[in-house]
Amino acid sequence: MKKKKRKNRPGLSIFSILPLYLFTIVFVAFPLIYLFVLSFLTRAETWGVVNQLTLKNYLGILDPIYLNTFIESFKLAILTTGLVILVGYPYGYFMAKLNSDWRRRMMLLLMIPFWISSLMRLFGWVTMFRANGVLDKFLMMLGIIDEPLKLLYTYPAVVVGMVYALTPFMIFSVYSSAEKLDWSMVEAARDLGATRWKAFVTVTLKLTLPGLLSGVVLTFIPSMGLFYIAELLGGNKVVLVGNVIQEQLMKSHNWPFAAALSVVLMALTSFVIFLYRKITKVKDLEGLV
Amino acid sequence: MDNNLILKLEGIEKSFGEEKVLKGIDLSVAHGEFITLLGPSGCGKTTTLRIIAGLETPDRGRVLLEGRDVTDEEPNTRNVNTVFQNYALFPHMNVEANVGYSLRIKRVPKKEIVKRVEEALELVRLTGFEKRMPNELSGGQRQRVAIARSVINQPKVLLLDEPLGALDLQLRREMQTELKRLQTHLGITFIYITHDQEEALNMSDRIAVMRDGVFEQLGSPSDVYDRPRTSYIATFVGSANIIKGKVVKQTEDSVFFSCCNGTGIAALSGVTLSEESEVTVALRREHLSLHKEKPENAHGFWTVIKEKRFSGGILQILLSYGDDLELISSKQGLDSDMTVGDNVFVTWNPENAVPVDLDGDQ
Repeated sequence: MKKKKRKNRPGLSIFSILPLYLFTIVFVAFPLIYLFVLSFLTRAETWGVVNQLTLKNYLGILDPIYLNTFIESFKLAILTTGLVILVGYPYGYFMAKLNSDWRRRMMLLLMIPFWISSLMRLFGWVTMFRANGVLDKFLMMLGIIDEPLKLLYTYPAVVVGMVYALTPFMIFSVYSSAEKLDWSMVEAARDLGATRWKAFVTVTLKLTLPGLLSGVVLTFIPSMGLFYIAELLGGNKVVLVGNVIQEQLMKSHNWPFAAALSVVLMALTSFVIFLYRKITKVKDLEGLV
Repeated sequence: MDNNLILKLEGIEKSFGEEKVLKGIDLSVAHGEFITLLGPSGCGKTTTLRIIAGLETPDRGRVLLEGRDVTDEEPNTRNVNTVFQNYALFPHMNVEANVGYSLRIKRVPKKEIVKRVEEALELVRLTGFEKRMPNELSGGQRQRVAIARSVINQPKVLLLDEPLGALDLQLRREMQTELKRLQTHLGITFIYITHDQEEALNMSDRIAVMRDGVFEQLGSPSDVYDRPRTSYIATFVGSANIIKGKVVKQTEDSVFFSCCNGTGIAALSGVTLSEESEVTVALRREHLSLHKEKPENAHGFWTVIKEKRFSGGILQILLSYGDDLELISSKQGLDSDMTVGDNVFVTWNPENAVPVDLDGDQ
């Protein structure tokens, strides 16, 4: 039914969609092409690039150090996405089951942190995890631990930060598809002999899969590229592709190499999403991708 | 009776928040019976059905299925299936998968599922639609899929929540016949919800007329139609005329009453009414006879013809009497020679006049 709607929408002439095309060309297509071209150019001695085509940038990525960074980032992205599903799916699902008053409250609870700069929120985690920080003091006060945990600048701290930053996106997309769910179908499944769990798996989960998948896309892609979380909460212990790109661009001023890394990262994420869609056979990711 | 009893509701009560939706429902259903819960929306009929299905738990009372108390049992453990008002077909499954759902849940062998799905689709005349998705079906076809899906597991009781509500008139008539055929063929007990009195009268063995969370009358279609217990039922089922009068005298089998400019007579036995007390009588439209002259010794009263309407081969005559009181007379067939403005004398057979609201119910 959705597909039918998309066809032949009346009133959308070429002129009315022109601004949209222009916007896309200027702000999406052009930068992407520029990035792609940049990745084949040569770095200048001091600043900028020279117009000399080369494959050196891509060959440089094959260096074990960078390959390893890709693998580590990939692992972290998968771990993050998995945890985000575990936290975000139930939240979105139960929020859709609440009455409208409670929905609004839960939604507000999600929105409030967004009013604060994401960097500030991250510093909140820094104070939390720091040796003798809020968490340590709290746990020591309760007598659960005797010594500070020193969680800051560890892998788990980065994971927590990532999950924290990305869960809202999962919640929103799961909620949006769970909200549209006709609960009488779940009742029908129960009526036809399905246990709560069976009804959930065969009906609810299947029908909210588009939301879950778009949530996965919204989580997985950023978690490959987010650099400031790894930097602030992981120190130099956790280095991700995003960190390398940022470093190459801002510190080493090696733009072509940073561009090449970005292109590979993009290709990799696109491939993962492509695979994911193939496996799950869900074509419609709620309008995403 | 007891051996044949399949479902029993005992004093079912249910509130949603402050609102008391069911105020004590008692019902005994025999095996193979077709029972209709008839009532306007909001009378509690869907809640009753959901309690039988196990989708709702009553605050008080018990649900017995074949003598077993299932009040607190989950819906999946009851051998009762429901045809939902909106059909609730699974949009991500084709017809075959929808119909076979309950068998797959029960892990019936694949071969048998295929066979039984085929039979079920044959039963509802949808052979050849196996691979269609629900959104590729018409309303009537979806309805049939929903029925096939809920009878495939051979439930003891099939609950149908306004299953024909979304269909157009002609399809509704066809499906009424079809459903009745299916019910006789399968021998399953049907509990059917509708707000359409014609549907109820056509299909049911017994009708429970519901109002504000109680059964106002429970009986066969002819009971409910010919001997309505209250004026509400008389007007809701077959829209009867209601006239009010004062008791003049009572004999063994009838009661005489005065009414505006005349007298009326109604069959009544077993109840004693005091003289001068108010009496309310239900009179079916088709039971009124109109006369230009007052017949001798006849009971009745004078009225004026206000309007004549022809609809669907039925002539309806609107009569007024007293202070803005109205009656409607209807008869099949040709126009009568009476015209608007004529004074006519209305009579009826005593056995067609039914005193209602005798126990003080509104």
